[in-house]
Amino acid sequence: MNDDPVARRPMRMREKLVLRVTSKALIPFILLFALYVQFHGDFGPGGGFQAGVIFAAGLVLYGVIFGLGSIEQVVSPRMVEVGVALGVLLYGGVGIACLALGGGPEGAGNFLDFNVLGGPAGTGVHAQGQHLGILLVELGVGITVSSSMLAIFYMFAGRGLPEEES
Amino acid sequence: MPVALILFVLLFATAVIVARLKDLFAAAMLTGLFSLVSAGLFMWMDAVDVAFTEAAVGAGISTILMLGTLSLTARNENQQAFRWLPLVVVLVTGSVLIVGTLDMPAFGDPQAPAHQHEMYAGFITIAEEEVEHIPNIVTVILASVRSHDTLGETTVILTAAVGVFLLLGSRRRHAAAAPPEAEDSAEPRP
Repeated sequence: MNDDPVARRPMRMREKLVLRVTSKALIPFILLFALYVQFHGDFGPGGGFQAGVIFAAGLVLYGVIFGLGSIEQVVSPRMVEVGVALGVLLYGGVGIACLALGGGPEGAGNFLDFNVLGGPAGTGVHAQGQHLGILLVELGVGITVSSSMLAIFYMFAGRGLPEEES
Repeated sequence: MPVALILFVLLFATAVIVARLKDLFAAAMLTGLFSLVSAGLFMWMDAVDVAFTEAAVGAGISTILMLGTLSLTARNENQQAFRWLPLVVVLVTGSVLIVGTLDMPAFGDPQAPAHQHEMYAGFITIAEEEVEHIPNIVTVILASVRSHDTLGETTVILTAAVGVFLLLGSRRRHAAAAPPEAEDSAEPRP
């Protein structure tokens, strides 16, 4: 089975010194940059979607160079499955929290109306509520997007390994 | 202006080369280059967030996925006899699209209908209230003003991932049921 060129490909890539050293040097910065894009999205360009894709790209780079087995030790397929749903859950949860908190003089809260997150209605801290709401919602988007990208990569790369057909 | 012209020429040349190449590996790499040049073009248009997405998704992830797909198929395109009909269809569609752009307002025209619509002014007004805390207006509009839309988009991504799990995931689940075996198979021995 190991004579199959597709199955042998990750091994060949791993043996290349330049690829190995360069990717190991770059990956921490790619992941850090993704976190910067994620949490700095309200001040500069970027946001949850871009950050999620960049984070996944860093992990995928690791998987391409060192093989699917190595990347699955870092982020297990189970974690990916949970992450895909967790992001949407966080997003929706923020919306429900807005609904639950919005019991002030303005009446019932609205779904995903972040103003109430900053404190009771009418206290003039709405901007903080917007800030917190956007941060959490973008985090949810980032988790779902990066998990989805990783999931797609796992599924595609997993099909290239004929041994797993058993 | 010359920057945009150079980028457009590069974009056009890349597209023509991708269409003519028979080597699918080179074509996949060049589509990545196409996305990167597009990102540069978006950057020139001041659409920083769009450029960001294009560079990350188009040049990054989708190239990887194309290469992953390529490793499951042949490397070269099958030789096919030249056919007129597809060329005619493409030329006609392309010309219609170009004719359509002639009616569009000039790039950045403040009198453009999209900028005159009251919804646009409404978005700007709402975003301006938050601008002290959240200077990136794109983030305010996407995550706050249109947060229900973004929730829908995130759900679409969730649905796509679930679809991939259902279509391609069964094989992986068998492997996960037997962890030591999966470990062996994922790390091919020399």
